[in-house]
Amino acid sequence: MLEKLLSAPKTYYLWLIFLLCLIAGCACVYLQQLGEGLSITGMSRDVSWGLYISQFTYFVGVAASAVMLVLPAYFHHYKKFKRMIIFGEFMAVAAVVMCALFIVVDLGQPQRMLNVMLHPTPNSVMFYDMMVLIGYLTLNIIIGWVTLEAERLGVEPPNWVKPLIYLSILWAFSIHTVTAFLYAGIPGRHYWLTAIMAARFLSSAFCSGPAILLLLVFLVRRLTGFDPGKEAVKTLSTIIVYAMCINVFFYLLELFTAFYSQIPGHSEPIAFLFAGHDGHMAWVSYWMWAAVIMAFLSLAILIPPSSRDNPTLLPVALVMLVAATWIDKGLGLLIGGFTPNMYETVTPYMPTGREIIVALGVYAIGALVLSLLWKIALGVKREVNNFSD
Amino acid sequence: MNKSRRSFLKVAGLSVFALSSGMAAAPGTAGAQIAPGSYGRGESALHAKRWAMVIDTRRFAGPEDYKPLIEACHKVHNVPDIPDAQNIKWFWLDSYEHTFPDDMNTYLDAKTRSASYPLLCNHCTNPPCVRVCPTQATYKMEDGIVAMDYHRCIGCRFCMAGCPYGARSFNFKDPRKFLPATVPNPGFPTRMIGVVEKCTFCAERLAVGQMPACVEASKGRLLFGDLEDEKSGVRQALASNFSIRRKPSLGTQPGVYYLI
Amino acid sequence: MYNAKAVITGILIFLVLCTSPFWASRTGKDYTKTGIVLPKDEKNCVENRDFMRAEHMRLLNEWRDEALRRENRLYTATDGRKWNISLQNTCLKCHNNYKEFCQKCHVANSVYPYCWTCHIIPGEKNQ
Repeated sequence: MLEKLLSAPKTYYLWLIFLLCLIAGCACVYLQQLGEGLSITGMSRDVSWGLYISQFTYFVGVAASAVMLVLPAYFHHYKKFKRMIIFGEFMAVAAVVMCALFIVVDLGQPQRMLNVMLHPTPNSVMFYDMMVLIGYLTLNIIIGWVTLEAERLGVEPPNWVKPLIYLSILWAFSIHTVTAFLYAGIPGRHYWLTAIMAARFLSSAFCSGPAILLLLVFLVRRLTGFDPGKEAVKTLSTIIVYAMCINVFFYLLELFTAFYSQIPGHSEPIAFLFAGHDGHMAWVSYWMWAAVIMAFLSLAILIPPSSRDNPTLLPVALVMLVAATWIDKGLGLLIGGFTPNMYETVTPYMPTGREIIVALGVYAIGALVLSLLWKIALGVKREVNNFSD
Repeated sequence: MNKSRRSFLKVAGLSVFALSSGMAAAPGTAGAQIAPGSYGRGESALHAKRWAMVIDTRRFAGPEDYKPLIEACHKVHNVPDIPDAQNIKWFWLDSYEHTFPDDMNTYLDAKTRSASYPLLCNHCTNPPCVRVCPTQATYKMEDGIVAMDYHRCIGCRFCMAGCPYGARSFNFKDPRKFLPATVPNPGFPTRMIGVVEKCTFCAERLAVGQMPACVEASKGRLLFGDLEDEKSGVRQALASNFSIRRKPSLGTQPGVYYLI
Repeated sequence: MYNAKAVITGILIFLVLCTSPFWASRTGKDYTKTGIVLPKDEKNCVENRDFMRAEHMRLLNEWRDEALRRENRLYTATDGRKWNISLQNTCLKCHNNYKEFCQKCHVANSVYPYCWTCHIIPGEKNQ
């Protein structure tokens, strides 16, 4: 099926070249990081994780979200998703690749990363996280490729792939649960020490992931004419609304426990995120409030069916939803976890320009993987006339 | 049929057992010894079932009094002096409310409140840093010391997120750039960029019969000894004085006690 | 076969290039002749010369794990001599000429261990 990559319009190749140039540029900055160490980042002794790990966390969610297509299609035989499912699986592949890269760029000694396998440590959650991510990547590559090939040949997917699909559904939940356990089991980090962390992660993943998928599919529809099917879009946006409502609800639960109990450890990180400290708003506070506004605006558009099905309003709402969840998990989670620090004081963190460029490079690699895989999928869909209604 | 099933179960059970015991014994025992000689401990080495430290803060008049201790520690271990937030700390000072943030008493006496308190790795009995490390680069030894193998550290900084005491430092920069041309202690290595480091309770000094550097420099105001030995100085000091530990509610069981 | 001449020459060139390291090493200097200078004051290393030559890196790894993890900081060699386990304070005491000993052999064998980013070579100036 790789030959599908050879027959594409010029603009596609221009896009690939653009991505490659971007990756090369960002790689130069990463080389600087290898030389000068993580001193080029905004991280410090007190805020020892930053943008890289938060992006890792966010994209584990995006990867897990493929299950929102796979589960209805295979557990409930919801046929309308069948056309779009491959795009979810391939997006999961790209997302897991990004996750792995975000971990690598975050390591102080990346050339020693195989130590995690050479000295397996069952008591470390990171060991399990590595295993479930590798497993999920493998599952999605196999399942995606085999089902796409079957579709191309006009046959049912082979029987042996069915158990793998069911396994991948459970596996998707596991990757984000384990990622939540990275945070939720640490004593002394008040913002993270909450049993609802995994549930929050999953709900935020199950709204933001499908929202990103829908936005990308809309983009592809405009560029190529591929139509995911009206019903499929409708169902998926319903799933997104439910997940987002649960996500917001879970966050409100956190607020209740923190502010009704009035235990300083619980409330201080949240107070810092939204109000800064010493009467000064932190830069992240503006982002957090923007997230709150966007979250509620997106819900206001998505909850009434009339505006949810509106083709111009839906993408606007989805963009706001993705931005809101990204700020919550991609900024607030890490900054809130490390502020106040272990001495109950504030050490400010802001990613540096070079840190952002390295992260951008990982985004570009994700975009490249996605562009290649989706091109193959689109080529097959066109060949077998499963391209639009 | 029945017989073959039974033998299958036997083999399966045995292999599961072998696999799991192999996992449990993974560090170190895997593979035969390479050296033809034998390993042991030095004759002068100091031993304990559980090393612990008692800091008599009452006998320090102010931050100046702690200076020789900090200098001794940083000199012996070639700890660099980095002047920003990406710095390295093994033994340092902070205020009462930052050292014991759970103890929030507005009307605490001025002397206790305004004093400086030394901070270092607590060498917990139940250390979260060891629990989270994905490579066993940090580990707890038989005598209770939480140690680090800088050769194995991948610099993921999970231990820094895990430590509730902020006792760990990451080498964001090459530490040698912040040391003088001739390092303070040529008998001890420096660290390299990209690994985490912390206080070691001077395991390398205990091995040759010396007390930790800070204890030696404290002139008796820091006690160091075996917590499981009733007759040890630390046990006697704890038995006859009021002592506190940092963040005891987290269940980590710190091995550093403060006499207030 | 189409373009048989070109294909066969191509394959031949490929094979020669692939195996060139072996040919080069045939004609080049022997590995025992790296020109390393052995310590003057001490005749015997911790273990015998062949063992040290072949296994010193694995021995050092084992020393590291024994000393750091099990606090066994004393090594009793086969000849009964006792050694303090320390790269910096035991090994480098005799092997104090980094350029003429460690480096020469490592460079000749194209290995670049990074022991020296932490362990201090005697008399070496930092930076």
